[in-house]
Amino acid sequence: MTPREAVAAVVDPELRVVTIDELGILRDVETDEHGHVTVTITPTYTGCPAMDVIRADIGAALRAAGHGDHEVRTIFAPAWTTDWISAGGRDKLAAAGVAPPGPSGGPVALSIGVRCTHCGSPDTEQLSRFGSTACKALWRCRACGEPFDAMKAY
Amino acid sequence: MTTVDYVLRLGDDALITAQRLGAWYAAGPEMEEDVALANIALDQLGAARLLLTYAGEREGAGRDEDALAYQRDAAAFRNCRLVEQPEPDFAAVIAKLLLLSAFQLPLYEALAAGADERLAAIGGKARKESAYHLDHSTLWTLRLGDGTDESHERMQAAIDALWPFVDGLFSGEGGPVAPAAIRPAWTSTVEDVLKRATLSVPAPVAEPAGERPHLVELLAEMQELHRAHPGARW
Ligand SMILES: [Zn+2]
Repeated sequence: MTPREAVAAVVDPELRVVTIDELGILRDVETDEHGHVTVTITPTYTGCPAMDVIRADIGAALRAAGHGDHEVRTIFAPAWTTDWISAGGRDKLAAAGVAPPGPSGGPVALSIGVRCTHCGSPDTEQLSRFGSTACKALWRCRACGEPFDAMKAY
Repeated sequence: MTTVDYVLRLGDDALITAQRLGAWYAAGPEMEEDVALANIALDQLGAARLLLTYAGEREGAGRDEDALAYQRDAAAFRNCRLVEQPEPDFAAVIAKLLLLSAFQLPLYEALAAGADERLAAIGGKARKESAYHLDHSTLWTLRLGDGTDESHERMQAAIDALWPFVDGLFSGEGGPVAPAAIRPAWTSTVEDVLKRATLSVPAPVAEPAGERPHLVELLAEMQELHRAHPGARW
């Protein structure tokens, strides 16, 4: 397995169903002529407590693939945006009950377009813009009455 | 050229705010609010870690974020006094977050476009989070200010109690963006929110001189574990 393949398969420790590659957290994997691997990642939110786990998981994945000589760099610019989540990642999030984000561009959540992850109804409302993790907001479906998580456009 | 004190000031504002907000976890008016305040505290802590790390590098004396957070006495903290003020009720939490985020958002935006590359990266990241903080505190200020007689009274009392510390937000220099340059944007944001919340804008009051007992008390709690067990890890 190439370093890139090994790292790209690491799952996000909070969202579980998507990889760090699909989320857009993984920015670069480079291997120099001595086999030294440099992985570059960027956090979703500055205070994201999952970053330490992600760094450890990247190290474990590289060691398991036989690339022990590596380092993980964290960069902050350009800043991560939910626009970097891949189409495949969005589908996986939706299938796991997390409504994928709309286009970013401001803190004002788009109240249109968030569909209930249980019944698919567009008749939903935001209960709180802060959810169980920094990247999610809490929503409720007016049609079936169930609450669900939605990723904030960011 | 950015000074160490300039970066410390911004980092300490964020760190003290995170510590104060953390104390509200499980004490908010509803569960969603506990989660919101914890999220905001985490954002502030994240910004504080980046800023203190940078301050330590600029200083060049080998101090990392932990050394700066846990091993300085109150006299060495550079935060504005607004953020260390006590929060006797939820209205005080919201009032302080409104006054602070109305400052942090335009400041981070200006830093993102400023000459210091490192601060530009941090500002570019933190401004997105600040926008949520300002939005959240604005919604609550409107709800409480334009709510019941009691919520209105408490919200006004909270704003009045914090007003003497407003000038401190805009003091300091030594970085790519002078805090004083943020004041016009801050004033227009805050006055607009207060007006819409049927609250009055207090007359200017001078910051009281003297000791900083609230900061000393806050640091005693925040630093206790690290001072008792230097280098302790989870
Ligand atoms: Zn539904």
